Amino acid sequence: MAAVLALTALGLSLVFGVMRVVNVAHGEFFMLGAVLAWWFANLVVGNPALGFLIALVGSPLVVGALALVADRLVLKRLDYNPEATIVATIGMLYILQQLALTFYGPDARPVVAPISFRVQFPWFGYSGYKLVVVAASAIVLLGVWVLLARTKIGLIMRATQYDRETAQAFGIRVDRVYAGVFALGAMLAAVAAVLIVPIQQAYYLMGQDPLLLSFIVVIVGGLGSLRGTVVAAIFIGMSDGIISVFFSPTLAKILATLLVAMVLVYRPQGLFGARDT
Amino acid sequence: MLTIQNIDCFYGDVQVLRSLSLEAHGGEVLCLLGRNGAGKTTLLKAIMGLVRVRAGTIIFDGQALHNLPASEVARSGVGYVPQGRRLFAELTVAENLEIGLMTRGHGVETRDRALALFPALGERLRQRAGTLSGGEQQMLAMARALCLEPTVLLLDEPMEGLMPAMISRIREVVVGLKEAGVATILVEQRVDAVLSIADRVSFIENGRSRETMRVEEVRERPDLLQHYVGVGA
Repeated sequence: MAAVLALTALGLSLVFGVMRVVNVAHGEFFMLGAVLAWWFANLVVGNPALGFLIALVGSPLVVGALALVADRLVLKRLDYNPEATIVATIGMLYILQQLALTFYGPDARPVVAPISFRVQFPWFGYSGYKLVVVAASAIVLLGVWVLLARTKIGLIMRATQYDRETAQAFGIRVDRVYAGVFALGAMLAAVAAVLIVPIQQAYYLMGQDPLLLSFIVVIVGGLGSLRGTVVAAIFIGMSDGIISVFFSPTLAKILATLLVAMVLVYRPQGLFGARDT
Repeated sequence: MLTIQNIDCFYGDVQVLRSLSLEAHGGEVLCLLGRNGAGKTTLLKAIMGLVRVRAGTIIFDGQALHNLPASEVARSGVGYVPQGRRLFAELTVAENLEIGLMTRGHGVETRDRALALFPALGERLRQRAGTLSGGEQQMLAMARALCLEPTVLLLDEPMEGLMPAMISRIREVVVGLKEAGVATILVEQRVDAVLSIADRVSFIENGRSRETMRVEEVRERPDLLQHYVGVGA
């Protein structure tokens, strides 16, 4: 849960950090990733591992392409205005949700896990697939870190994040950077969804919880901070799971929201975010 | 050659530049003088494509710049050192230079040439730009712009708040660029510095270029400095 949440929240954090766009439709990209994973996985009959592999590649690509189109058709035309894009992404949320309901239906459908084994610890057993999800998420997070910190594309993204106008004055085509970041953010959500769908099932309303938790993670961790996002995702994801099991899911959400309120009051830039100067 | 003809620019409904015309030639330093709010910075931003030009033309070596986005203006060879430096404070010195090198220039060779002009930066390549001193930040802003290998360089108050030694270093660099054939448009409040490096001076008032003349003529007309800038020579 925490590992997948880190991926989803990182996508949201990247989009806000670089583009200053609060993507309310981020959870729907997650949902779409899961629904497409179900569709891709069902293309291959009798070989769940291959079906899952196709979904893991195909679903993020389709979701990324859709985000690219949304960026060109909607966000770019609004000149990435922070207020206007909130309204626009709310619209995107409902469009994607209703499209999923129309073409996929209201049922929750499972995707068979590509591998099934159980790791037996001395005091309890644990699903092997869940450990695979943690490892896969860690690899993707590491990949994003390498992209941001060690490549030319990452440098361009960071420069655009810090100062859009100056970046333009040095030849950076900011609109292309924005399109790429929006697609990357959506793809991260889709990867997270593909990884989680063998555990949670694909459902047209499944984007709401990840969106809320991603916002909480991003605010607590600090916008645009990869380290903060990962730490906050682990903390929020694990505490959400533990409190939900031992007390109630509602209490888990109440405590998480309370944490956000405290962070906003005492450390508005988040635990790891840089303070605006 | 950069030719600006009758440009109008607005911030919202407020007109900032009014039918402003200027020319800048290769191998010269054109200084813009005027009071605060006269439109000097807006003019540089308009050339750079950062402020929309509603009317008029900006032509650079036969290419129309007035309807290009800033990224394309930079790619055509216009370098910009903005007011307040506008460094990428969280990036290192090396990364700031890398940003300059991405669009034009010849990689390490260009970077080394820029660093040779400001050797102090060479020792701080891994340091975050935001932690440099004011003078070092200005050097980095200049070096970053030079990494674009510009043929036109726009400098917006590069000497603001600097020590005399740093000012004379920047002056030397600007003179060196002039000798290399670069057209420099300099906005500067320090009249003494302007008179020491400019070839021509254009007085900007209320968004218009009132008078443009050679620097020798300006020295003989302290009344103009008094009128347009509020200081004597």
